[in-house]
Amino acid sequence: MIEVINLHKHFGAKVAVDGVSFTVKKGEVLGFLGPNGAGKSTTMRMVTGFMPPTLGSVRIGGADIETNEIEAKAKIGYLPEAAPLYSDMTVEAFLRFAAEMRRVPAAEIDAAVERVIETTFLDPVRHQSIDTLSKGYRHRTCFAQSIIHDPEVLILDEPTDGLDPNQKHEIRQLIHRMGKTKAIIFSTHILEEVEAACTRAIIIDRGRIIADGTPEELKAKASNAGTVYLKASGSAGEAIKEWLERLASTASVEVLESSDDEIIARVKPKKGKSNDLSSEVYTLCREKNLNVHELRVEEGRLDILFREITKSDSDK
Amino acid sequence: MKALITLLLQFAVPTAIIAAVFVGIVFFVLPREVRTIFKRELRSYFTSPIAYVLFVVFLGISNALSFFFTGVLEGGEADLFLPYFQYLPWYLILIAPAVGMRLWSEEQRLGTMELMLTMPLAPWHAILGKYLAAAVVLFTMLVLSFPIVWTINFLGEPDNGVIMSGFVATFFVALCFLAVTSFVSAMTRSQLVALLISVAVCLVLWLGGLPHISEMLMNLKGVWLIAWPLLKLVNAVGVMPHFTELAKGVLGLRDIIFFLTFIAFCLFATSTAIRLKRA
Repeated sequence: MIEVINLHKHFGAKVAVDGVSFTVKKGEVLGFLGPNGAGKSTTMRMVTGFMPPTLGSVRIGGADIETNEIEAKAKIGYLPEAAPLYSDMTVEAFLRFAAEMRRVPAAEIDAAVERVIETTFLDPVRHQSIDTLSKGYRHRTCFAQSIIHDPEVLILDEPTDGLDPNQKHEIRQLIHRMGKTKAIIFSTHILEEVEAACTRAIIIDRGRIIADGTPEELKAKASNAGTVYLKASGSAGEAIKEWLERLASTASVEVLESSDDEIIARVKPKKGKSNDLSSEVYTLCREKNLNVHELRVEEGRLDILFREITKSDSDK
Repeated sequence: MKALITLLLQFAVPTAIIAAVFVGIVFFVLPREVRTIFKRELRSYFTSPIAYVLFVVFLGISNALSFFFTGVLEGGEADLFLPYFQYLPWYLILIAPAVGMRLWSEEQRLGTMELMLTMPLAPWHAILGKYLAAAVVLFTMLVLSFPIVWTINFLGEPDNGVIMSGFVATFFVALCFLAVTSFVSAMTRSQLVALLISVAVCLVLWLGGLPHISEMLMNLKGVWLIAWPLLKLVNAVGVMPHFTELAKGVLGLRDIIFFLTFIAFCLFATSTAIRLKRA
């Protein structure tokens, strides 16, 4: 549905996007992550046809965004980062305008406006002038215009920015629901959002893709993935630590608390040994007759991966 | 009574025909995208105070100045060119940019340009739709200045054909100034900057047609010849001679083609400015 091939964008000497390629199929929700200034918005602006790329191409449902501009744009719904709106219009008038511009047939405009007002909870402000709206309502009005023509492709630049937690939740649910029938790209700073709504995520830094996979795959790449957390008593902490270190799959042991009779520690596995480590720790505890109060395998965390890979890149 | 009917025939009917043809073109010839943008812009003009303020300012200045200072009433001749139409373009140098300054700079300031240019339309749809809406504002303004026509007809027996061509010429000049403003406003997000630069450019365009410039061209000597291309250009795009010809009742095809070409060029320049802004 969305094909992005070797996209580059240079602003003078500055390289904002440096060879980004990916595809998003129907039924996929792609989360777009990255630090500020990584090139997320620039990429989205090129995908939507607002900015011409310096190099590379974008195809939307087979139509090239540059050579077949109008056909490609007709398939897209777009929520720009700042959620821009014509402040002199009312919410309803603006949505009608958007529906006409997005080629909704005249007879279906009323129904389309009603539908988006309902899905984005705009009913209380529908007759209000846009310049009197709060930030959350403004954002939702702009979101509403992006889905008014029920597009095949949806591109959302920080769709939950400025919303309260309840609204965030609703919008995530909405994205997740719509993702079943559309191809969606959305950018965000909020990592839980990726897990809640995305089927796939891309991390972009300095204009390049540095990680690409399902949220589960990405989490498994985080350094804390497979770490075994242990709280046990029955022997001196120092002794338990030594035993843990001697296990075949252990890479390192981080002691959080230690006393004469107890230890709380995180045991990191060697690469590729995360499956073995937990059973080795369990066997050890049984052999040494320790009382296990807590034993669990930590799941990788996206925020840890995010920090690790975006930081190491900027250190270079 | 008879006079009133004559007036209606001579002014209201042609005006209504022009308006009807325009509405017909907008609603039946132009693409839906142009129409949608046109309607939005027009509504935006008339829901904000800007159009009304400009009407009052324009009508106030043009009528007051011509009645009190230029002597429409003392002239004896029922000719409006010298006391009235001659001065209208001067007011339009300020008024047309004031009408057009928001066309694209507002779009950039609000960020809605990003929305509009990612919708399925060609840039010329947006440029034309906006331009036509602003043109309607200027047209309405000229229509509202009919009391002066009525007054002159009440006082004497003017050649209403010449008066009509005076209005046509004035409208063409207004459209040129508006096209310049459209281009300038595409280059800045500040309405004030758009206004000031447009006024300056319109002033040059207007004064460029002064006979004085032609004289200067003839008399250039030595190192001053460097200025020749610039002066020549300003002289060539000078709006005033074309206006004067038209306003005197000489409906010359040449002048109309000049105006239309000028407008088309400025609108094309607008699209180029917008494309450069996006890159």
